[in-house]
Amino acid sequence: MRIEVYHRSVEDDPRTLAAKKRLGSLVSCKRLVIADVFLVEGLESSEEEGLRRVFHDPITQRLFFGSACHHILPDWNLAFEISYKAGVTDTLALTVEKALRLAFPDQAEKLQVQTATLYVLESHPIEMDRQAVSRQFYNPLIQDVIFYEAGRNPSWRLAPNPPRVFQTPQPDIIPILDLTREQLVELSQRRLLALTADEMRVIQEYYSQPDIQAKRKSAGMDVNPTDVELEMLAQSWSEHCKHKIFQARIHYDDGSGMVREIDSLFKTYIQKVTAELEPDKPFLRSVFRDNSGVIALDDDTLVCFKVETHNSPSALDPYGGAMTGIVGVNRDILGTGLGAKPIWNTDVLCFAPPDTPASRVPTGLLPPSRILEGVHRGIVEGGNHSGIPTVAGAFLFDESYIGKPLVFCGTGGLLPATIDGRPAYQKKVNPGSYAVVCGGRVGKDGIHGATFSSLALDETSPTSAVQIGDPIIQKIMTDFLLEARDLGLYEALTDNGAGGLSSSLGEMAQDSGGLRIDLDACPLKYPGLAAWEIWVSESQERMSLSVPPQHWPALEELARRRGVEIARLGEFTDSGWIEIFHGGHRVGLLSMDFVHHGLPQMNLVAVWSPAKQDRVPLEVEDLWGLLLAILAEPNVASKEELVRQYDHEVQGRSYTKPQSGLHQDGPSDGAVLRLHPGSPLGITVTHGICPRVGDADTRAMAACAVDEAYRAHIALGGDPDHAAILDNFCWPDPVQGPKTPDGPHKLAQLVRACEGLKEAALAYRLPIISGKDSMKNDAWAEGRKISVRPTLLISLVGRAEVSKDLPDTDFLKAGDWIVLLGRTRRHLAGSMVERVLGKKLEGIPYPDFQIARDLYHRVHRGIREGLFCSVHDLSDGGLAIALAESCLGGRLGAEIDLRGLCPSSGLSPAEVLFSETPSRFLVSVRSEDRPRLEELFGKEDYAFLGVTTVQPLISIHAEGVPILKCSLDEILAAWKSWEGRWS
Amino acid sequence: MNTVRTAILYGQGINADVELGWAFEMAGAQTDRLHVLDLLAQPSQLKNYHILAFPGGFSFGDHLGSGRVMALELEGLTDLLLRFLETGLILGICNGFQVLVKMGLLPMTGEMPRIEASLDINSHGRFVDRWVPVHSETGSPCIWTRGLKTMDLPVRHGEGRFVADSSVLDKLERQGQIALRYEGGHNPNGSLADIAGVCDPSGRVFGLMPHPEAFLEKSQHPLRRRIGDDVTGLQFFQNAVQFLRTS
Repeated sequence: MRIEVYHRSVEDDPRTLAAKKRLGSLVSCKRLVIADVFLVEGLESSEEEGLRRVFHDPITQRLFFGSACHHILPDWNLAFEISYKAGVTDTLALTVEKALRLAFPDQAEKLQVQTATLYVLESHPIEMDRQAVSRQFYNPLIQDVIFYEAGRNPSWRLAPNPPRVFQTPQPDIIPILDLTREQLVELSQRRLLALTADEMRVIQEYYSQPDIQAKRKSAGMDVNPTDVELEMLAQSWSEHCKHKIFQARIHYDDGSGMVREIDSLFKTYIQKVTAELEPDKPFLRSVFRDNSGVIALDDDTLVCFKVETHNSPSALDPYGGAMTGIVGVNRDILGTGLGAKPIWNTDVLCFAPPDTPASRVPTGLLPPSRILEGVHRGIVEGGNHSGIPTVAGAFLFDESYIGKPLVFCGTGGLLPATIDGRPAYQKKVNPGSYAVVCGGRVGKDGIHGATFSSLALDETSPTSAVQIGDPIIQKIMTDFLLEARDLGLYEALTDNGAGGLSSSLGEMAQDSGGLRIDLDACPLKYPGLAAWEIWVSESQERMSLSVPPQHWPALEELARRRGVEIARLGEFTDSGWIEIFHGGHRVGLLSMDFVHHGLPQMNLVAVWSPAKQDRVPLEVEDLWGLLLAILAEPNVASKEELVRQYDHEVQGRSYTKPQSGLHQDGPSDGAVLRLHPGSPLGITVTHGICPRVGDADTRAMAACAVDEAYRAHIALGGDPDHAAILDNFCWPDPVQGPKTPDGPHKLAQLVRACEGLKEAALAYRLPIISGKDSMKNDAWAEGRKISVRPTLLISLVGRAEVSKDLPDTDFLKAGDWIVLLGRTRRHLAGSMVERVLGKKLEGIPYPDFQIARDLYHRVHRGIREGLFCSVHDLSDGGLAIALAESCLGGRLGAEIDLRGLCPSSGLSPAEVLFSETPSRFLVSVRSEDRPRLEELFGKEDYAFLGVTTVQPLISIHAEGVPILKCSLDEILAAWKSWEGRWS
Repeated sequence: MNTVRTAILYGQGINADVELGWAFEMAGAQTDRLHVLDLLAQPSQLKNYHILAFPGGFSFGDHLGSGRVMALELEGLTDLLLRFLETGLILGICNGFQVLVKMGLLPMTGEMPRIEASLDINSHGRFVDRWVPVHSETGSPCIWTRGLKTMDLPVRHGEGRFVADSSVLDKLERQGQIALRYEGGHNPNGSLADIAGVCDPSGRVFGLMPHPEAFLEKSQHPLRRRIGDDVTGLQFFQNAVQFLRTS
């Protein structure tokens, strides 16, 4: 049965208006209507009243049984219907089935539902590129389109996807013992294992060992690997799971002729920082061990934080990829310790500029505006539907992200310090406990995600790696698990992300020392999955648990009451082996030690050759034009329209919001959450990311990113001594090979970035508590490789006291002093002015850590004393942009003289205005507080620039000469010029 | 009565239940979180409570229209809820409001529940999180908005545009059921008559799109540095608790 639902008033349907806008100039569309189409099969009675209760809002909608577009739009000439391909999760269809079961409780056994969206156009001229039109609304990777033309009676061909039934394949034995090196490589490629020849060789050697062969024979198994085993090794050893590049031994030539060996970047530059700082940082609880890093806020409260990337899936299906990124990192938090409650999301999204002309988008890649639209919608729905506020983040635009967008998804969570007397950040899997999985069912979706993300993106990228998350199923599971946690019904849990059960149960088994699993017990979406598919599928919304046998009945009962599916797959053992059964057969027998420690360390070469710095001085004729050009640059321009679509307040902790100021449209430096009303405890969340600086030197890029995150924390009122950071590296492939001849240089850039990270983290005493790397951010299109700029995101979580009002970035009232804190130098490399002018400019920014540390402590003291009316950190665009932002936030003008700055620094006024020296703030203070400010900051580190004014005008003098006048209206117009144009 | 007991529904995609609990507790009530499925399994436990609250969230992902599927799920409880209202109060915020409207419990201009209104997709087509000024209607029977001063509250929804036929709207105006309106020029979603919240004719059932539970103290307000601390959303909850204490 076909049901079509239309909005009651076609002219007034917001969806139609948005669709028309998206069609833009593609077609001159006279009228357009959109209908939701439902095909329902398997209902024994089709009582109209019941169906109306499910599908029809009598106030806002019109419902038709059968097709009705001729009725709604008699003169239509083109219609097309978009539906998900078989096997792609259709969350709407799942809800419809649920609703039909409620409305028809006794007769919904064989129910089958297919949903589609129908677009009906009446357009002139009638001839149009119907593919181009439909492509505005669908993604051929995951959706199908059917076209209909008016004139004849079209037959409405949409049919339910056939039920997914597969023949259960027998587990394959894969003979590898006699394969040559070339054949091993061929096998790895054919099965999408993403393993190198050396790694395949190690696997071959494992299976050649006499004791392993004897063990297998005595267990009744072939000496060659099964597909289950090979897939498990590929998942466990993927770059995604094992971070092989960060663990590699690197032969590093630093360019000066000095050569040294680095035994793991991770150990040398990241782990070591935290180890060195640990004695001084009593708030550290769990670092690098668990699914996220855990710190204490006070004696009773722990906070955890994790940032992931979901770049490759977002390139293929921006909406599903970003959505899955969000709900995936939410599960990392849920899987931390005994289970933390996600309380914030934060997302940093990097795209090519959305106004990139179509002619500049290589064939086979989605246009940046489409990627932005889809990723943003995925982030919006992923966060909002889960009830997790999206409190911070950023949008970055750079041409190098046209091949792959970077989608950093972060989530923070809250854990009580103890649960039932046990430290909540620890977990222990005991032998004899049940291995349990709960949440969604397993299907063919999301197979090979982990290995796929370890490869470059090209035309053959598997669409099965694309999934669409269902935040509601996950929310229901989250509620259930937090209840079970507080009842003490499980002893450990972890999430099912990359690598599926193979990863989650495999990792948990390290704790007990072994695992025995029967895959027949695993709930499936449809019959017929191969054992290896069940084992590595990344189907969403699942968590793995370790459950002491005595608690199993109570856990099962709670799951039933909460409508959550739960299954016992086997048990954790201390046998030293992973044993997998399926269909009554043993299909896997692997040594724990080999799975987890058998991967050989990679050997890589890095050679640093400093970039040629043919940089020129900054010369500006038109300061006014430059200021407005930077304000209108998409990296700087207001993102309010995008940010307002995030629910940043749910859960009631929002304190410093993404937008601040009189009209709530000024930018904030980050987020502060208040633990609960009345609590003195606040949590700061900030980021630092400076990829453009990396063109000059990735070491400076990393140091500046740490400084940016830390100074934002300080600006928000954060405690300088109570903060921790996370690193996320997104790099182009740095492993030398036929397609990557410049691997040694890219790896050297990585080494230098690690050096900068380490230096800055130690200088600011910021322990690194978690991190992630994504090392294959290249795409192939039109026969050429497109690589992202090496990008390092630093994310920070810290503590702030919120018992007294903390400042925002906007000027509060006229007559206040405007003060620049920190020293300005000629730092224009990687700056916004460089980007806008399209010239390489002089001066590579680098923080002066010692001066900055001292300044940060003083700023913090000032904030504690309530000295500042506003505090804004200087970042993109430097002083000029910070000044414009503080003015527009407060709807105040400013009367400025740069007299105090130019002579002492030797900089020109333009350099003072646009240099991006790190470690600086723009603050305002009441006029009577000037003496206190002078006392607090001593002689050197501040300059009184002028005063705020009622007159909405920024007027800047240098040495008494007016150099720039700009009205607030001009500033607002430029800054908001992207509104309505993002996608 | 001395102790006012509040049941706050959770589960099935509801997500603003914890802070709603804070709100009722700060107002002096005792609160329990009550899972929707537990309530359905054992409806009689409702008699332990004086207030039933439907918090915000995304029950069933807003598929098929916000609140629709939850309304179907709770349909069987309609008679029980009507009896509960003889002495109790019901509040629905955001998604909770949408559920009450789709169950026909709001605005209920007549005697019996029936679907008379809807909360449609915002006129601009997008989800929006923004603080907007609202004011209560003097002369409304609504218990929750008594004596309420004009204040800013956050709206956070994609489907909050109140729509109803003109005959229903007339009745709502006449019966004083439009308990809460957006200030002129600040309507965030295209709601008819700037409607932000409505009550039933008795004033016991109240539903609204804005989130008073997100404004329990000054520090939650985006203009915290510019406002006093005497007006917050806490007043809605205090009104209800006060009413039950004295009734």
